[in-house]
Amino acid sequence: MIKILLFAGLKERVGKSVLTWDKTPITVAMLKEELQKVPGLDHFSSILVAVNEAYARDDVVINDGDTVALIPPVSGG
Amino acid sequence: MSERRFEIVENPINIEQVINKVVHPNAGAINTFIGTVREMTNDKRTVYLKYEAYVPMALKQLQIIEEEIHRRWPDARVAITHRIGELKISDTAVVIAVSTPHRASSFEACRYAIERIKEIVPIWKKEHWDNGESWVGDQKEQAAYIKGHPEKEYAE
Repeated sequence: MIKILLFAGLKERVGKSVLTWDKTPITVAMLKEELQKVPGLDHFSSILVAVNEAYARDDVVINDGDTVALIPPVSGG
Repeated sequence: MSERRFEIVENPINIEQVINKVVHPNAGAINTFIGTVREMTNDKRTVYLKYEAYVPMALKQLQIIEEEIHRRWPDARVAITHRIGELKISDTAVVIAVSTPHRASSFEACRYAIERIKEIVPIWKKEHWDNGESWVGDQKEQAAYIKGHPEKEYAE
């Protein structure tokens, strides 16, 4: 199982701060495609994916036990 | 004593403590950037802000910024503290201190650090206006990620 963390506006739109996903391994690209079916996550173009606290490109493979985070455009500073 | 040069905190930032972390005998300049909460953005009035962070990743990204700075300015020393939670107008949201042997690179490296924070560090700001609220980044004000993947370094 992988944990998928949601933050900021995404967390509010989905109404949850954590989602889970059971079918692993899965690439970042495939997971994004699956997550677009979740109400509130339907516009994914500006969202980046982090795997185990580092930004991950589409071809990165996510394994059982990994932590994924969906990173909407940041606005710190 | 090991002090943490990169911190995400929920309480007011002690500016002098951040500066003290970069004091060094070989430094001839310490440059600081203090980001504060602005009331007016165009015609919208902010009442207060709320910052949220993915803290463990934000700390790692701040260290990546330090590594990038060291590639450009090898003698630079960097300390950054970002506050999260609810902030009022004029509260300090972020303090960056950079020391270098000579002044020019301290200005450049400090500027580099704040620009990179706005690109790659997972911290989000929710504006509470006098007539509503919105996450910055959902707004047109910020053209986030327009240059593609954020790990591409700034101003290559």
